[in-house]
Amino acid sequence: MNNLSLTAAKAALMNCPRCDLLSKYKHSQPIKHAVCPRCGAAVHLRKPNSINRTWALIIAAAIFYIPANIFPITFVTSLGKVQSDTIISGVIYFINTGMWPIALVIFTASIVVPLLKLLVLSFLLVSIQRKSSWRPGDRTHLFRITEAVGRWSMVDIYALTIVVALLKLGFFATVEAGPAAVYFAAVVVITMLAAKVFDPRLTWDAMESENE
Amino acid sequence: MVKTMPLIACHECDLLHRARPVPEESIAKCRRCGAVLYRHKRNSLDITLAMAIAGLILFIICNTHPFLALKQEGLIQETTIITGVKELYNQGMHALALLVLITSVVAPLIHLAGMVYVLLPLKLNRMPWKMPATFRFLQTIQQWTLMEVFMLGILVSMVKLSKTATVVPGIALYCFLVLIFVMAGTTASLDPRIIWEKLGHTHE
Ligand SMILES: [Zn+2]
Ligand SMILES: [Zn+2]
Repeated sequence: MNNLSLTAAKAALMNCPRCDLLSKYKHSQPIKHAVCPRCGAAVHLRKPNSINRTWALIIAAAIFYIPANIFPITFVTSLGKVQSDTIISGVIYFINTGMWPIALVIFTASIVVPLLKLLVLSFLLVSIQRKSSWRPGDRTHLFRITEAVGRWSMVDIYALTIVVALLKLGFFATVEAGPAAVYFAAVVVITMLAAKVFDPRLTWDAMESENE
Repeated sequence: MVKTMPLIACHECDLLHRARPVPEESIAKCRRCGAVLYRHKRNSLDITLAMAIAGLILFIICNTHPFLALKQEGLIQETTIITGVKELYNQGMHALALLVLITSVVAPLIHLAGMVYVLLPLKLNRMPWKMPATFRFLQTIQQWTLMEVFMLGILVSMVKLSKTATVVPGIALYCFLVLIFVMAGTTASLDPRIIWEKLGHTHE
């Protein structure tokens, strides 16, 4: 039988997330303690409590997204005057000074990507909860992109770290990180975790039950 | 007797496949969702080991030399990754400093050193101590290695500062650029199945 059209879960096999070894799922065994016989990683039929955990992280990230955009991300002290900038006012500043590429990079990485990530994950969760059978392949692909792109949101935090290190006392200006930097970093880390606890296999489980 | 090919399940849709050998340098994809199931890589272990060692050397140069300097009216301020972290810490941004330190210094260093720790004994046909746990930890830490994002951060900061002062790139910057390709190569050239298969177990 070369054309298997069976899932591991249907065959009562748990796929090791690390080493790809399939191990037997036993009902008698408490699921929490199942461990891969080869590499020792925790194994499950599906990631535990994936939907609730992903929702919790999405909500937490969405809450942090607000102060990340309201509070200043930098304080620039120049000639005794302190100027504070939010993520958005920074982007506007770069547009006004003709630095389009930078404006575009920061706008995409700091504003668009986190927001899209939250929307895409919410959409995927809702479609799973409604047992949708709409384009599962595309939805899986959408998740793959979302997961890969998330890390790039950190770019402005790194740029800030470097600017802060270079512009210190003695120069025409000093730069300090503002509270939004912490909230923003939290958004990036939490959305990265959300993508980790989300189980894309759930998208296909709905299809399975429909085919029966 | 025909040797049965081992079963493999897709991580993204759970569909079972027979793990047929694929031609060199090619990829086996899930026939339902298109996820990568596994890829075949030539000399996987040797190349990865060489890359990890090269990466470690580059990493040391990168972190001991400034990658950017700012010049204005005779003043010069240089920076390494660590000075940025220190400055954030001094400003009271402890969590942020820690996050930058982990993702741009600690995680890459552990990943490179850990690769050498696992691959060098395997190359000499020995089993490194605590191999499964170490390799699993390396897979986790690799996801939190954001060096390529840091590189883009450097470019962004260079452009940001270029209007107000002279930005001078240091040796570490070029080093950094090479290191990113080496690190990407370390992950891309390794077929993790080779490592796990050394442990012996196979399904059924
Ligand atoms: Zn395993
Ligand atoms: Zn698949």
